[in-house]
Amino acid sequence: MAKADFEVPELQEYTEVPKYVEGTMAHSSPYVAKPDHQTPLGFPGALVPDWEEKTLEAMGDLLGKYRSFQVYLDSCVKCGACTDKCHYYLGTSDPKNMPVARQDLLRKVYRRYFTFAGKFFPKLVGAVDLTREVLDEWYSYFHQCSQCRRCSVFCPYGIDTAEISMAAREILDRIGYGQKYCNEIIAKVHKIGNNLGLPGPAIQNILDGLEEDVLDDTGVAVKFPLDVKGVDILLVTPSADFFAEPHIDGLIGYAKVFHECGVSWTVSTKASEAGNFGMFIGSYENMRRVSMRIREAAIELGVKRIVFGECGHAWRVAYAFLNTLAGPFDFLDPNYPVPQHILEFTWDAIQQGKLNLDKSANDDKVLTFHDSCNVARATRMGDKPGGQFEIPRNVIKAVCNNYVDMEADTIKERTFCCGGGGGLLTDDLMELRVKGAIPRINALNNVVQEHGVTHMAAICAICKSQFTKVIPYYGFEMDQIVSVHQLVSNAILLTGQGEQDDDDGEDDE
Amino acid sequence: MPIEVNGKVLETDEEGYLADITQWEPGVAEVMSKEDDLTLTAEHWELINFLREYYEEYQIAPAVRVLTKAVGKTMGKDKGNSKYLYSLFPYGPGKQACRYAGLPKPTGCV
Repeated sequence: MAKADFEVPELQEYTEVPKYVEGTMAHSSPYVAKPDHQTPLGFPGALVPDWEEKTLEAMGDLLGKYRSFQVYLDSCVKCGACTDKCHYYLGTSDPKNMPVARQDLLRKVYRRYFTFAGKFFPKLVGAVDLTREVLDEWYSYFHQCSQCRRCSVFCPYGIDTAEISMAAREILDRIGYGQKYCNEIIAKVHKIGNNLGLPGPAIQNILDGLEEDVLDDTGVAVKFPLDVKGVDILLVTPSADFFAEPHIDGLIGYAKVFHECGVSWTVSTKASEAGNFGMFIGSYENMRRVSMRIREAAIELGVKRIVFGECGHAWRVAYAFLNTLAGPFDFLDPNYPVPQHILEFTWDAIQQGKLNLDKSANDDKVLTFHDSCNVARATRMGDKPGGQFEIPRNVIKAVCNNYVDMEADTIKERTFCCGGGGGLLTDDLMELRVKGAIPRINALNNVVQEHGVTHMAAICAICKSQFTKVIPYYGFEMDQIVSVHQLVSNAILLTGQGEQDDDDGEDDE
Repeated sequence: MPIEVNGKVLETDEEGYLADITQWEPGVAEVMSKEDDLTLTAEHWELINFLREYYEEYQIAPAVRVLTKAVGKTMGKDKGNSKYLYSLFPYGPGKQACRYAGLPKPTGCV
């Protein structure tokens, strides 16, 4: 692991609310997007000369478009319920990372130019002029919000800081002051089809390798199809599932489940990304363009169903917005949900007894589960309230003998962000990521100490990458993070598995 | 920040990746590793060369699994895992080794 050039917080039994220290994270600011990252998204290449005017114009436009945005800016009564709920505040002690203070960065400018009191009596209502300092502060602190929406669970008015930070980023993009990480990625999706920029032949090479590996491991020819027309299911999964670990072990799990259920499926080059960073930057237009690729791929391939792989914010976009962005999906089979989550698919298969599972394959582990923020607080799975909490746990318990939940205040709708969500999973924000992970790591450490937990499962590509990178700072090993479908993959006994190679049956994973 | 390699000044981006990957030469890896206090061994070079060959063919860095599998084949099965790669490149094989090899940084949820 690389050395930290900042102080790594110490683990605590319970995450204590720190006394605030002004400006501890004022230096934190991600790299600014270059013209190559901006223009493909429809934004100016660099900060426009008349940015004051354009900023207010953009703010006015968003206020007119999104009623919620104005309500959130108007309705805060400064009750303080949100102040100790943000992982970034808990990890950094910077008072501007209190959700109310983050909102106020935008609110004070809104008041100055869009409210009667702020126009005439700015000092009385905390309204300030829009200056370059204010703008830079937006850039810094709206890139210290992972849009996880934990604060909104505790806000008596339901103010959603994520929407405010999305609006702030949209305004910044429109004046040519975008973030490199997000915008470079979105540009790659528009051009190549996925966040990584994996061209078709590279995906094919990876999938061929996986077919080989699974055949070697199990003796069963499990297919990993790419761009195959006329199949039942289009699998849309984060491109990290092709590239990173432990993500790719999850992809192997999906393929084994599909294989055992006897459904035909394919991945698509065009829609080789489930993630949709358009949401992180609050850009409806970019979110729509990214989503349209899925629609086009589904039509071209003639599939009947769309299933999403393990990706947190992708599931939010898919569950909540896909139909609005890229619908109607009346060409798909109406007997299945549009879209469906891979965990819904797998849980259904387990309940129908379609999978032959050997739980003891995971007996070397004691599991806990990290609820991903977007799945937990913005979506559902299955047809019952709370299905997004129950179904992942049900699947894990169906394939593992040892499972323990973390403390109640840190899971389900109160789950803590991994610290890298919302477009912050970039090396230039490593200090923020390490510090912001502390509430989750404390909770993990507790179950490790008290219940002997060895592994934490996640269902989001960002969570998996963030944790594998960050937990070594706290003395854990990167391979203690696993994909849920990796556990499924370990436990599945494929039809015909082990029949011809009993002498080579041991598994050294 | 530009780096100087064998008397030539090469542009890099703010994260230290070569701005123009066609300008790569072995000296780039030497200079970059010196800045990180890392001594390049034959194993490091094996990886760097593999990355460059893979990139040449697929226009992208290899997936971690593709890399570990290749390493396992050429350097021995006990070395075909991420832990070994991280022991060579503490900042991550994808990111640090790619930088030395002149490849663009892998982006996305990785």
